[in-house]
Amino acid sequence: MSASNGSNGNGRLIGKSVKRVEDKRFITGKGKYTDDIILQGQTYAHFVRSPYAHARILNIDISEATDMPGVIAIYTGADVADINGVPCGWQVNFKNGDIMKEPKHPLLVADKARHVGDPVAVVIAETREQAKDAALSVMVDYEELPAIVNAAEAVKPDAPQVHDEAPNNTCFDWELGNPKEEVDQAMAQAAHVTTLEFVNQRVVPNAIEPRSYNAVYDPTSEKYTLYTSTQNPHLIRLLMCAFVLGIPEHKVRIVGPDVGGGFGSKIFHYTEEALLTWAAKKVGRPIKWTSERTESFLLDAHGRDHVTKAEMGFDQEGNILALRVKTYANLGAYLSTFSTCVPTYLHGTLLQGLYTTPKINVDVTGVFTNTTAVDAYRGAGRPEATYLLERLFDLAALEMGMDPAELRLKNFIPPFDGVNQPGYQTQVALQYDSGNYHGVLEKGLEMLGYEDFRRQQKEAAQNGKLLGVGFSTYIEACGIAPSAVVGSLGCRAGLFEVGQVRVQPTGKVSVFTGSHSHGQGHETTFAQVVADKLGIAMEDVEIVHGDSDTVAFGMGTYGSRSLAVGGSAIMRSIDKIVEKGKKIAAHKLEASADDIDFDHGKFTVKGTDKSLAFGDVALTAYVPHVYPADLEPGLDFSSFYDPANFTYPFGCHIAVVEVDKDTGAIKLQRFIAVDDVGNIINPMIVEGQIHGGVAQGVGQALFEGAEYDENGQLINASYMDYCIPRADDLPMFETGHQVTPCPHNPLGVKGAGEAGAIGSTPAVVNAVIDALWSGGHKVKDIRMPLTPERVWRAIQTSSN
Amino acid sequence: MITVEFDYKKATTVEEALAALANGDGKLLAGGYSLVPSMKLRLSQPEFLIDISSISSLKGIQEEDGFIVIRAGTTHAEILNSALIQEKLPFFHTAAGVIGDVQVRNRGTIGGSLAHADPAADWPALVLAADAVIDVVSRNGSRSISATDFFTGLFSTALGENELITAIRIPVPPAGTRTAYMKFEHPASRFAIVGCAVMRFPDGKINIAFTGVAEYAFRDKGAEQAVAGNTLDAASMDAAVNAALQGQDVSFMGDNFASEEYRRHLAKVYLKRALQAVA
Amino acid sequence: MQIYVKVNGVEYSHDVEPRMLLVYYLRDVLRLTGTHVGCDTSICGACTIHLNNQPTKSCTVFAVQADGCEITTIEGLAGEELHPLQEGFNEKHGLQCGFCTPGIIMTMADFLDHNENPSEDEIRHALKGHLCRCTGYHNIVKSVQYAADKKKETEPTTKTEEVTV
Repeated sequence: MSASNGSNGNGRLIGKSVKRVEDKRFITGKGKYTDDIILQGQTYAHFVRSPYAHARILNIDISEATDMPGVIAIYTGADVADINGVPCGWQVNFKNGDIMKEPKHPLLVADKARHVGDPVAVVIAETREQAKDAALSVMVDYEELPAIVNAAEAVKPDAPQVHDEAPNNTCFDWELGNPKEEVDQAMAQAAHVTTLEFVNQRVVPNAIEPRSYNAVYDPTSEKYTLYTSTQNPHLIRLLMCAFVLGIPEHKVRIVGPDVGGGFGSKIFHYTEEALLTWAAKKVGRPIKWTSERTESFLLDAHGRDHVTKAEMGFDQEGNILALRVKTYANLGAYLSTFSTCVPTYLHGTLLQGLYTTPKINVDVTGVFTNTTAVDAYRGAGRPEATYLLERLFDLAALEMGMDPAELRLKNFIPPFDGVNQPGYQTQVALQYDSGNYHGVLEKGLEMLGYEDFRRQQKEAAQNGKLLGVGFSTYIEACGIAPSAVVGSLGCRAGLFEVGQVRVQPTGKVSVFTGSHSHGQGHETTFAQVVADKLGIAMEDVEIVHGDSDTVAFGMGTYGSRSLAVGGSAIMRSIDKIVEKGKKIAAHKLEASADDIDFDHGKFTVKGTDKSLAFGDVALTAYVPHVYPADLEPGLDFSSFYDPANFTYPFGCHIAVVEVDKDTGAIKLQRFIAVDDVGNIINPMIVEGQIHGGVAQGVGQALFEGAEYDENGQLINASYMDYCIPRADDLPMFETGHQVTPCPHNPLGVKGAGEAGAIGSTPAVVNAVIDALWSGGHKVKDIRMPLTPERVWRAIQTSSN
Repeated sequence: MITVEFDYKKATTVEEALAALANGDGKLLAGGYSLVPSMKLRLSQPEFLIDISSISSLKGIQEEDGFIVIRAGTTHAEILNSALIQEKLPFFHTAAGVIGDVQVRNRGTIGGSLAHADPAADWPALVLAADAVIDVVSRNGSRSISATDFFTGLFSTALGENELITAIRIPVPPAGTRTAYMKFEHPASRFAIVGCAVMRFPDGKINIAFTGVAEYAFRDKGAEQAVAGNTLDAASMDAAVNAALQGQDVSFMGDNFASEEYRRHLAKVYLKRALQAVA
Repeated sequence: MQIYVKVNGVEYSHDVEPRMLLVYYLRDVLRLTGTHVGCDTSICGACTIHLNNQPTKSCTVFAVQADGCEITTIEGLAGEELHPLQEGFNEKHGLQCGFCTPGIIMTMADFLDHNENPSEDEIRHALKGHLCRCTGYHNIVKSVQYAADKKKETEPTTKTEEVTV
């Protein structure tokens, strides 16, 4: 497309803003998403869903629906009673060692519905219209039961019980860090304690492509194929085959074609995937289901939803002494795939932040409620941890009359590169890889023009205007994850990645990756890496992903892991290609393999001009006429890469807002993001990831929040009511970078997918609080999203 | 996403539409941006749709006999792009520009919006403030309804079952008339949480109408009287703001996003801003 | 009901149920799947096409309403070369997952036909009928600005609707 993409294999693609190669199909309408697929003999499914959050199912009458035009089959909970539920992939134990409560999450509920949208029956029909018409004619008698939606309320003894096997609706209680007594003791020594009781509200991921599945069974080969809008095809195959349907993996093909955004919500194995796959064989025809947006609101796993009390103790000079946290994490009605690790191992472990806090104790209770399941949403646990710490920081600075930037600089962990200086061991289990936290804050302050801003703020306040600045300096654990580590913490899978590099006889390269792109641009960045390392043109590299029959294996894309883990797997294979290529070249050039250099796509005998081009070596590998006797033909390697540690991107986000005193309306004037994501392969794509993450984080701060009423009805389950940011809600973003390479993976990369969402939310809220204080309104907290009314009320209350 | 089954007829004349309407159970379909979404969510399940979007006599904006006449089938975009509107009724131009988005403005019609009578729609405040008359027709004849009599409740109007709006007529404002429309949008739907339309005549008379605040849009006579005839200064504006929303015979609205108390407060803030704009 | 439409310059006639939405007619019957469905409340804009040269949300129009109309979808926007917006979205990284992109391009193609020198605010206002969850809109704005500049440079008089397929 763009001439600037033409690489001559000069080894200079890494670090360049190469235009995306995948764009052409999307901008011309030729993308292929799951709902675009219509198979021979296609049928359509529509689900009958509970309108109640908590209700016993007394009777289901399908007689009228069965006779309706086009209806092929109707299944209810009774039909799938013998099938396992969808599993949870992470076991978190109670403090006393008991295993978490893990009630069955059935494909269709037979006994009672536990949240609005719980599937009671499915209708399969010739057209989507007929399926829906018939589904609306299935008669279900419900006995409505009292519902519980709030996690902190749900653990009380008289609360309605979601699952009989989970008393007090408690899935687990869990603790991490220093013993509580030590933290209590340190806190008692504090000259100042900042306390914040807050809700990190529930948000709805809202990928614009609704979830869509199309399942088909071929009786001849006895093989199932499931097209699915997923972030991780192989993981779905593993979970569905081994844990739910009990069908052999080699008889199941999972294809994740173009996927229209995920943000976490398409990681999980959803009941509809397994149900359609199971039913495809019974019906003998392909079955498609595409979620309506209303269903997406009710069924796609939500994010966040923590009720937290956090206390941070400081000495006289503002040095942190201790942090104490109690969180009730709402898990929803059932355990989604990674739901249990989000509030624990992705949240509690990040509470060291960038600071030298010597004593930390975090206590988390995971709670069932009559709501949609909660699981990983962009950032997953880390935004909650960042929000907690960064809100405490700016508030502490206001309370102690200190500057929030100085307070941070005073408490930052000193710079360390992880090579010459060791990694930093936190109080909460992790060891940070490398960091320079002062650097990102100082750069952010410079981009902001901090002193000028404070002057403007004062002037504005004198003119009755409320201007504010908010900071957030965050860290995240990405590149998920070392299998042994996560295994010891309860993960029921390995979290390595697979990268196969197949050099074709002509020297063209096909790369098969277990990572999955749903907007991240892997077809470009991965090709940049491969082309650069092999010294060939990018056009000569194709990235293949998303098909379990084509790609050997994979764990998929989430946790900002694709480049750090998936890219590293590819790098391992490239190393093997080069090593073998050297042997082939050495044989042809009559030299020793040790004497061969590989550079710029050429194998050269050291100190000579004797060389062989990459393409010649490739051809020789497949036409091995003149070939080492002890070497196999072919040039095709697959590698499994299991990272040595997480990666730890970090950064500094700064928001500037103006608050309209009369209405409470907030105008986000500026947003500055300085992120250190390690080495950067494609700055354009990294910036794009930051932009998108920031928009989602700003969305949580100002616009978004799933609101349940006391009956468990999600009252803003549509785009008419639930606001995700639009173009005119946001400013141009100001981005800056710092590079502290990751010391433990071959590319030195840390991951950029979640940074924007992790850092931004508290910066915005802090800015609003700062604006209010500048006008003398000493407000500690405003519940997110900061709707105009909530801000207006905060101003009213603090003025009285 | 999928509506119930229905019969469909495209009417090419008003007479044809009225005949179809008289057969019962028919629902008029103009731009469809209110009706179709509610049908897709099955909140509305008409058995018969009469598409009036192709009736050419329902289109256009003209000045006739001292009135600006906006035919009912005129789209928001056509109003936005009308030089006549921009010159004579600038607040209609403002309002048209803040309705939904460009796609909505291209299809949605002023007549459809008024007939639907969404409590948070923009046009009701405008037609009220502009002293508009709404012309309607049925097989029994035609009549004109004053805007102040038109809105009768939540999603309900004085429009009879078999009646169709043909035009909105607004007296041509005298030279020197100043207008303003101020809207506080819901961030998701972009409907009005509060919309305040103000028309200030050269003789000092001021028309004030609100939408979004109550179950239907209304003229605020109390506020109008408080400020009528006075020079618009800080004192008279404050008088209007203090008088606003008092003694109105409507139920005020509140929801999860904006409570009744907050809407009332916003209405006053926006009234003040609108008055400042026409001062 | 029998309908006649011209889509991307090609005439079609089909018998459709009155309740078939135009977007499903385009996607399922004509197999033009570049037009997407992202919501059920006429907000997200992923289904935007040109109906008689005007950006329209095809999820909010029944196919029978489009009888006799001319339609352009994303598949019909480019001539021999990409539309400046298509080029701009590639140049300025205006898309990530690509799902909302066709709709946005269709709306902005019309916008640029009526506004040669749009300001950032005007572009953002014109994007109101669209939701993008990936980009934060920053690069979409830049893509549109790129296209506006490109249009001025190359073909100040050509309008998109005159592009033949």
